[in-house]
Amino acid sequence: MTAGETHQAIEAIFRIERARLIARLARIMRNVDRAEELAQDALVVALSEWPKTGVPANPGAWLMTTAKRRAIDAIRRDRILRRKHDEIAQELDSAVDGTAEEVEAAINDELGDELLGLIFTACHPVLSADARAALTLRVIGGLTTDEIARAFLSSEATIAQRIVRAKKTIGKAGLRFEVPRGAELAARLASVLEVIYLIFNEGYAATAGDDLVRPSLCLEAQRLGRMLAGLMPQDAEVQGLLALMEIQASRLPARTGPDGALVTLTEQNRGRWDRLLIRRGLEALARAEALGGDGPYALQAALAACHARAPSAADTDWPRIAALYDRLRAVMPSPVVDLNRAIAHSMAFGPEAGLRLIDEIADVDALRNYAPLPAARGDFLFRAGRLAEARTEFEVAAKLTRNVREAAFLRARADACG
Amino acid sequence: MRVMVIVKATDDSEKGASVTREAFQAMEKFGEELIKAGIGVLAGAGLMNSSKGKRIAFDGANRTVIDGPFAETRELIAGFSIWEVKDIDEAVAWVKRSPNPMPGRSEIEIRPLGMMEEFEESVTPETKEIRYRLHEI
Repeated sequence: MTAGETHQAIEAIFRIERARLIARLARIMRNVDRAEELAQDALVVALSEWPKTGVPANPGAWLMTTAKRRAIDAIRRDRILRRKHDEIAQELDSAVDGTAEEVEAAINDELGDELLGLIFTACHPVLSADARAALTLRVIGGLTTDEIARAFLSSEATIAQRIVRAKKTIGKAGLRFEVPRGAELAARLASVLEVIYLIFNEGYAATAGDDLVRPSLCLEAQRLGRMLAGLMPQDAEVQGLLALMEIQASRLPARTGPDGALVTLTEQNRGRWDRLLIRRGLEALARAEALGGDGPYALQAALAACHARAPSAADTDWPRIAALYDRLRAVMPSPVVDLNRAIAHSMAFGPEAGLRLIDEIADVDALRNYAPLPAARGDFLFRAGRLAEARTEFEVAAKLTRNVREAAFLRARADACG
Repeated sequence: MRVMVIVKATDDSEKGASVTREAFQAMEKFGEELIKAGIGVLAGAGLMNSSKGKRIAFDGANRTVIDGPFAETRELIAGFSIWEVKDIDEAVAWVKRSPNPMPGRSEIEIRPLGMMEEFEESVTPETKEIRYRLHEI
């Protein structure tokens, strides 16, 4: 490499190393804030040194060594602040030696393991879901608080405060920045997957704001999912979540019309689906299935894959979708899954099958005033030729929905019942 | 953004020289690092040398098929890969870490894929509508 590297190029290198640097430093310092500061300090040194000396052969190790020296200085300063000078003189030497050893050990540690440790800590259940998402985007994704604020349509101050609080909570809880082992791993992993999927969904089905989708958040979540799948290749649900996100993201170009309105799955122009992402999604799904994937994410990915594989909406393999919903219901019981299951059964086995299943959930509290329920029931009745009843259901659904376009669509369906 | 990472052909690759086991392992290791960093490797392949290739030359209504090999080695490519990255600087930083894809001197070129978003500034609601209808066909 040559001297005279631009700041831009150095910053690009730093972005690659940043998460791993913070992960290692956080494990040494037990403090995310300090770890971020030390990593940033190392960048500042690199920005002044590298244009003169050229980029070192192993920039990651260089940055780590630089940050490590500062970490030891910081620990030494802390001790001096805390204790009287004469008391610590002897203790200091051995303490610093100990720290240095600890640092060396950390450097020799499996890189992937440390990064995973940081991911598991940022997604720890002691933090709220919002805090986990913000902290993960900050320390793993490397987004600035401003970028996170814009993505979540929040103010920078709110996000900054959320991250500060999350870091304090981690410190108070005494988290060790390690990958949980044994029985704890499954529960903690569920929390990590939840955070990544939350970030993805915030982009895919934007809950607030003018845009229906915010692809940049989807991309960040995909990146996190790809990273996690690289670090934990043997976990079926990790592969399942990645598959689910890749396949769903493949529809982004077809999901909004020219006026920005949402286009439903059956109406989408499948020629605009991103074939590269579908292929990646199907590959991840195959890995999940080879690992025995039968969890919520692997099953949802399998469902998404049924649509991805169908050349047109009419070619959809509804019996397979119905069977997948039967299995999903067992591992992820929810009234919404039950409703989707009824729709899938109606498509696979006729409207009567759908009506039987939907009547089982008609009185569930969670679905009270939930427009899709009467809308689906109206559709089954319409297809069964029970037009008067169908009309009533469509009218109820049109009153319940808060979406103007959807209400218009449902009223049109009511009118079509004669 | 997506970039195409293009490995340029060399005299060796055009002669069909096979990759050594060490070089192959180094490439595999690099690929693994990319995956662990969350870089989306969306597609990629090595290409057979140009003696197996064909060119179709266009001139007005005429189409002429030219059989390989092709002479201008520097203009040929030996392989490609499509990455999803944050920006081209990230792609550059990663390509610098790649092992040399060839035994001797070689070159890798990075080209951003042309996405509609890149031209968004020149898009009006009307052209957007036309574009959408074009895709419908």
